[in-house]
Amino acid sequence: MIKRVNFAKHKPLAFLLLAPQMLILTMFVFWPAAQALVQAFMVSDPFGVRSTFVWFDNFKEILSSPEYFNSIYRTAIFSTGTTVSAVFFGLLFAVLVDRVARGKTAYKLLVIWPYAVAPVVAGVLWLFLFHPLYGAIAFMLKQGFNVAWNPLLDGGDAMLLVIVAASWKQVSYNFVFFLAALQGIPRSLIEAAAIDGAGPVRRFVSIVLPLISPTTFFLLVINIVYAFFDTFGIIHALTQGGPGGATDILVYKVYADGFLGLDLGLSSAQSVILMIVVIGLTVVQFRYLERRVKYAD
Amino acid sequence: MIERTPKLDLFCHALLIAGIAAICLPLYYAVVAATHTLDDVLLVPMPLLPGTELITNLKAALAKGDLGRQLVNSLIVSIGVTTGKIAVSILSAFAITYFRFPFRMTAFWLIFATLMLPIEVRIVPTYAVAAHPLQPLGWLLEETGLRGLVERLSGWDVEAVVKWSLLDSYAGLILPLTASATATFLFRQLFLTIPEELLEAAKIDGASPMRFLVDVLWPMSRTNVVALSVILFVFGWNQYLWPLLITTDASMATAVIGLAKQMPGAAEAVPKWNVLMASSLLITLPPVLVVIVLQRWFVKGLVDSEK
Repeated sequence: MIKRVNFAKHKPLAFLLLAPQMLILTMFVFWPAAQALVQAFMVSDPFGVRSTFVWFDNFKEILSSPEYFNSIYRTAIFSTGTTVSAVFFGLLFAVLVDRVARGKTAYKLLVIWPYAVAPVVAGVLWLFLFHPLYGAIAFMLKQGFNVAWNPLLDGGDAMLLVIVAASWKQVSYNFVFFLAALQGIPRSLIEAAAIDGAGPVRRFVSIVLPLISPTTFFLLVINIVYAFFDTFGIIHALTQGGPGGATDILVYKVYADGFLGLDLGLSSAQSVILMIVVIGLTVVQFRYLERRVKYAD
Repeated sequence: MIERTPKLDLFCHALLIAGIAAICLPLYYAVVAATHTLDDVLLVPMPLLPGTELITNLKAALAKGDLGRQLVNSLIVSIGVTTGKIAVSILSAFAITYFRFPFRMTAFWLIFATLMLPIEVRIVPTYAVAAHPLQPLGWLLEETGLRGLVERLSGWDVEAVVKWSLLDSYAGLILPLTASATATFLFRQLFLTIPEELLEAAKIDGASPMRFLVDVLWPMSRTNVVALSVILFVFGWNQYLWPLLITTDASMATAVIGLAKQMPGAAEAVPKWNVLMASSLLITLPPVLVVIVLQRWFVKGLVDSEK
């Protein structure tokens, strides 16, 4: 779309205005992305001096390595756990805050603030609570339920710890969107249902939930993207993919193979696979957005 | 209120308070740990109430590993990223909505495409570019045989120019993060809703395009700019992967990276939890304050930037 009235005579200025964005994008986005694409089909020697074109060998190698399948599996657990719990608690808090008459502002504030906490800090705070030697929650688990909790040694415990830290941070985001969606529901619908004798629970299941389903779907996609890409800090600071690869999610593996393992070809092949994942998720998100725009008309 | 349900209301309040207690638990424990001596923190079970050692621990946190300098770095980076993103996006949105020129839609789709290329999927090559941004130029000069000519004409040493690096610099921390598809779309949407008559009137008054941008569009975008700034500030402050790659020098690291470097490894005997928690509090305070103080703008920014 373009304005009917516009500055048609100022073509050079238009290019000048676009120049900063385009320059940065070319240098730091398109050029590296193209290189990742090229590198994915090459094998280079350890010194990075010579590289040879090897077609799909990198992809074949990556897709036949048990570590990569472990990583896919861990990513699936991690992103499902994070998404489900963050969306569930986001919705729960939104419904409760939407319902109460008093103290709304204070409640809102107390739910929202974790959004501003850096993933690493979130990780540190939760690690402190869950630390096998000093953590308060670990202590309670041991005393109360005789559970020897150790995220530093046990893979399952470590996974639970990163899921808790990651979803804790994301609840506030979901809360904001659910609350906006709930407040957008016309009161008359709820009132009509109440007159027909539907109680609060029935109204929620039959009216509220279907009406906010577009928001729920949108948040599911956003949360999956978050779990896939924005949680690198939590993993890197807390578990470094360990113990024994138990929290080795895809994004962390790209970093570890490329920077710590110095295998450019393999890391780039993984980058390309991740790009395909992002493109898929973005397409899903925008197809849904188009539909939402239609509903609004 | 549709019906009176005192019992249900009470239950809602109770559930909310329990939930919020759970959300705030890590923060509370951080405060408790940050206000005690290490010996007290290591007691099992730990004290339940805050102590009196906050100032000592904060001082120790600031002294340890250059945290003071790193907090300043974080501030510079997040303000730089915020203003950079907003400036760059307003200009491109202005170009795309108010000018008719070749490749207009190409530019639009190129910006759109970057949504699908987050830094996480192109880590290694982006790092290579930042390490030597002018490498392609040097290669081009070498291949075309123009290097000698350029060196003679300009008096520059091409070798030295090509070696220029963004590692361990503010430019390197900020520049690669300043392009923004979301912000560009946000301003584009906003500009599309601005009545055509405004530009007609401005044109009759003889306003140049830049004058129109500064005197009409900018004041009309101000609320969106504030809302977006809150989101971008938090985004910039909490950046992790990029600063981790591009800084090796502790004095150029951001606060978040500094904290990650202090993380206790599995091998370490007894980490100083009280100091670590004091650092965490210091690092968390600025973005949390921004979100709390500008809560209304924050919610608007969050919802706007996802449209």
